[in-house]
Amino acid sequence: MVEFFDMGGYGFYIWISYGIFAVMLGYNYFAPLSRHKKLIQTLSLFYNRQ
Amino acid sequence: MGDSYRIIFIHAPSAWMSMFTYVVMAVAGATGLIWRIKLGHAVARACAPLGAVFTFCALVTGALWGKPTWGTYWIWDARLTSELVLLFLYFGYMALISAIEDKRTASRAAALLAVVGLVNIPIIHYSVEWWNTLHQGSTVTRLARPAMDIEMLIPLLIMFAAINFYFIASLFNRVRCELLDQERQTQWVKNLVHKHQMNGQAHG
Repeated sequence: MVEFFDMGGYGFYIWISYGIFAVMLGYNYFAPLSRHKKLIQTLSLFYNRQ
Repeated sequence: MGDSYRIIFIHAPSAWMSMFTYVVMAVAGATGLIWRIKLGHAVARACAPLGAVFTFCALVTGALWGKPTWGTYWIWDARLTSELVLLFLYFGYMALISAIEDKRTASRAAALLAVVGLVNIPIIHYSVEWWNTLHQGSTVTRLARPAMDIEMLIPLLIMFAAINFYFIASLFNRVRCELLDQERQTQWVKNLVHKHQMNGQAHG
């Protein structure tokens, strides 16, 4: 188990890399979804004012 | 090399996508400029943050690979510097889009920047051959014979395929928002928003 996390002494670099990669890809995927939700709200207000 | 090679599986696909996304962005922007296809501009605008994410990942994972193998996080060599320029091109594109009030003017100006910046892509790709750099040469994309163990090549190719699918899904996500925003005066967007409202009322 310790061996798996240590990765021959490179564990720190490897896990940080994968962590940043996962966070960035996750953020990038979900950000437009919440933007879409907000956009629908903004647009419905926009149409109601017209 | 030790276990640090494991970073390659995310570094190389990110770096590849950082360039691929830029080409898609520039081509989409060019179609918007030349044929005045608004969808082209929407795709180009959707590509920019996506490409910036890939470029950022490539730079950070590269730095974390460089520290244990070369002994430094960063050096100003050709490959690393040109990749950093790519990140700034994406930032410049996004800054230009948000700086100009009129969306159509903004898209046209930014598309021009994207097309001019296309010159950076071959520089990144060939930087390892044109200049002496710390960065190793291509191992996968050269056609002659892959300079890599089959056991490492297969997972790497799977990662390449996966990140391409991720790119497509993510691009659709973003283009959807760009299109709704851009086409807000059209009847189909009005109908769509109205439908969403009705659904929202039914659920909540």
